[in-house]
Amino acid sequence: MASERPLMVQVEDVHKRFGPLEVLKGINMTVRKGETIVIIGPSGSGKSTLLRTINHLERIDKGRILVDGQLMGYRETAHGIKELPERVVARQREMVGMVFQRFNLFPHMTALGNVMEAPIHVRGLKRRDAIQQATELLNKVGLGQKLASYPHELSGGQQQRVAIARALAMEPAVMMFDEATSALDPELVGEVLNVMEQLAHEGMTMLVVTHEMGFAREAADNVLFMDGGVVVEEGTPEAIFDHPRTERARAFLRAVLQSSRDER
Amino acid sequence: MNFDPSVFWHYLFYGPIVDGAKLTLIMAVVSQTIGIVLGLFLALGRLSRSKLPVWRWLSGIYIWLFRGTPLLVQLLFVYDAIPQMTGESIVLGSITSGIIALSLNEGAYMAEIIRAGIQSVDPGQVEAAKALGMTYTKTMRRVVLPQAVRFVIPPTGNEFISMLKNTSLAEVVSAQELLYNTQQVYANNFFYFELLSVAALWYLAMTTVATWIQSRLEQRVEYRNTIPNRGGLFGFAFPGMHRG
Repeated sequence: MASERPLMVQVEDVHKRFGPLEVLKGINMTVRKGETIVIIGPSGSGKSTLLRTINHLERIDKGRILVDGQLMGYRETAHGIKELPERVVARQREMVGMVFQRFNLFPHMTALGNVMEAPIHVRGLKRRDAIQQATELLNKVGLGQKLASYPHELSGGQQQRVAIARALAMEPAVMMFDEATSALDPELVGEVLNVMEQLAHEGMTMLVVTHEMGFAREAADNVLFMDGGVVVEEGTPEAIFDHPRTERARAFLRAVLQSSRDER
Repeated sequence: MNFDPSVFWHYLFYGPIVDGAKLTLIMAVVSQTIGIVLGLFLALGRLSRSKLPVWRWLSGIYIWLFRGTPLLVQLLFVYDAIPQMTGESIVLGSITSGIIALSLNEGAYMAEIIRAGIQSVDPGQVEAAKALGMTYTKTMRRVVLPQAVRFVIPPTGNEFISMLKNTSLAEVVSAQELLYNTQQVYANNFFYFELLSVAALWYLAMTTVATWIQSRLEQRVEYRNTIPNRGGLFGFAFPGMHRG
């Protein structure tokens, strides 16, 4: 049973505000090893901010986050919690791979260079080993022919697959996807989702923010519906999509299904 | 008004003139190099977001001071005022004074150029680097600076061309650069027109070469270039030749 697997991500009562705006109002959630958790919800609901707090790209104002048992970004002292030094946070981030909506590939490096960069300069891998690993990963995402291409020579879908390979190269404990297909032309979404589904089936621990309901149904162990900085509803894909309990979830799903029908 | 070509040709490659041009070039290259390094640290200081704003302030004050006062005044300060301030315990030679003043002044301008270059790099790049576990230093060296270089090269080329010409100010502290030596010659023979033409031609030749080098560098940092780079200390300066 999935519930007996170790906890990889624990989010406990996390609050985050930007100035007067409270974007996370006490989030609780967990991801177990090998699980794929999909977070859905309207824009501005705090989904992306939640991901960014998990690898400490954003500080939190209250609560705590553990990844593989480690408190992320902070340490507990006798005088309360203190932020960890930048160097320690950097080490912690190695545990969490992240794929961004806008790819953020390094434009001055080839596909191979992008994937090799962190293994060599962060993990200290030997160049030869890094090349071998990067080549295998790029083959895995179907880009074995594009090793020497620069990002601007690749399509959006190809760039995003390089970004996935780049994150995987750090052998993270958890992979996070922040609307990884939202910036893509419709015909390129499928190739990225296929890679993500393959990863999920191989047992990667994944936390996915997406508007692709098909992917959620197919790959998610659990779906979280967020709105207004809280988790409104949580359950299996069947429960959330077929029998949503709250009016907010029903309204959101109606709107999403409507817009995806309009696209066709 | 008569221009004597034979005088012009005689002095074009006259020993002291050529030596003066050599010194001009050396002073410009050394001062520009120091200015770039200084500018990099000032730019990083100015962009620092640490809780202690000391570096931000110090950089800001430095840039304010050195951009806001004439280079000539700075030069005379180093050469004449420092000995007086230190009770003659620090007396700098004319070439050293020239290089120090030019470098300090250039640092302020390069700081602003490099700061603008760093700020023109997409913030998503920093996030991606951080998410991969890179520290601030690694992020700067491997991701931000190689991309900032593309924005920094054209204005730096302009700076270097100004630098070549500004070295002539060191004439006032008797640094034996091109203009000083030119003046020494015409003070004796009164061929102003011919000798100033010789000096002008030498400056023009040097700035022309500098312009050519700048355009070569700009081509070199295009991302398409695939010449393998062995990295190294200044590997970040040639992102187009990036390893891998």
